Amino acid sequence: MINKIARSVADALADVKDGATVMIGGFGTAGIPNELIDGLIEQGATDLTLVNNNAGNGETGLAALLMAGRVRKIICSFPRQADSQVFDGLYRSGKLELELAPQGNLAERIRAAGAGIGAFFSPTGYGTELAKHADGSPKETRVINGKHYVLEMPIHADLALIKAERGDRWGNLTYRMAARNFGPIMAMAAKKTVATVHEVVELGGLDPESVVTPGIFVHQIVQIDRVATQAGGIKKAA
Amino acid sequence: MGYQKRSKDQLARRVAQDIHEGAYVNLGIGMPTLVANHIPADREVILQSENGILGMGPAPEAGAEDYDLINAGKLPVTLRKGGAFFHHADSFAMMRGGHLDICVLGAFQVSSTGDLANWHTGEAGAIPAVGGAMDLAIGAKQTWVMMDLLTKQGVSKVVAQCSYPLTGIGCVKRIYSDLATLECSAEGLRLIDKVDGLEHAELEKLIGLPIAA
Repeated sequence: MINKIARSVADALADVKDGATVMIGGFGTAGIPNELIDGLIEQGATDLTLVNNNAGNGETGLAALLMAGRVRKIICSFPRQADSQVFDGLYRSGKLELELAPQGNLAERIRAAGAGIGAFFSPTGYGTELAKHADGSPKETRVINGKHYVLEMPIHADLALIKAERGDRWGNLTYRMAARNFGPIMAMAAKKTVATVHEVVELGGLDPESVVTPGIFVHQIVQIDRVATQAGGIKKAA
Repeated sequence: MGYQKRSKDQLARRVAQDIHEGAYVNLGIGMPTLVANHIPADREVILQSENGILGMGPAPEAGAEDYDLINAGKLPVTLRKGGAFFHHADSFAMMRGGHLDICVLGAFQVSSTGDLANWHTGEAGAIPAVGGAMDLAIGAKQTWVMMDLLTKQGVSKVVAQCSYPLTGIGCVKRIYSDLATLECSAEGLRLIDKVDGLEHAELEKLIGLPIAA
């Protein structure tokens, strides 16, 4: 019998290795798998490369993982926030490598990895500083039908940590509102995907027409009590 | 003869006036979000939010916030009837794929040929952050910039060539500013309208570039 329901966060994350690339879903207050991030801190893997839209807020969650010195590199689109002081400090002191990607290129690179695409030409970022590699050398470009494109590489991960709403033992998932954000594409791009859900249902309990992430992309599901979404760390001026 | 600058709300109303019935529109963070308040009630316009919302509505009443339903600026919003949610790759496919009709962005600088700089000042020690700016700038069918024409120091933000790091090349079609509305093209600037009392020659002097009438 297939049963992807894990007994605990610790069980689901027991095999994370040092040096792993970990995708973490979420945008703003929506879709952040806080319990899994805390579980990763507990678990102890280090020298991690993180893939996330942001680079942590305040001193909890992703920022706590950074603060614990467990992250070597972060690939994201928007690290600067009113309260991203943990990232800011590590970045300025050279303790954390940053790969900045336009948000749509970030999303498509994740999707491409999950879809088995070798690389793709994107018009986004052409002629800008973000059309360069980390060493400053230009990324490959091409003119296709008179339009300029930059070659972008997929981002593969060892592990994706995402937050969903409902799931079943085959790993099928639905999401809630804008908390969907990176969840479906990160689930596709990682060798192993762990999702939290607020509700576990019997097989057949999810309308097959409404399943967003089919279970083939999901390996472990952990049920987490529903709490009011944390508004933490988002200042009005950000 | 004197002239009065457009207030933020007057400028937002001026932008809203040009958004057509049935348009799919993305409003950038900051001043562009004000445009939503000025879309005429009899005009059906669908707002997109990069984090995965079509049919975004106004902010909820106090106490009714749902932090799974936020906009790109990470503030609580509502969903209109008929609205839909989708993941990030689909959201940016809407931009890159040319499905959005209009996107309205803020800017540090815009060149007369429509180059946009709005993501990074390039200052030493500044933390770079780009978000969806580059995807939006080159993706929508029309990219409009909404900004004050001059910096606080009185320097024109419309320039011959951007000195700040670029967001996109030749992507801005129109500049809506507190003093004038301008069109950008390979041929340079063209005037669409300006505030009463501002002479054409005076506007050209402020910007330091020729403006076709």
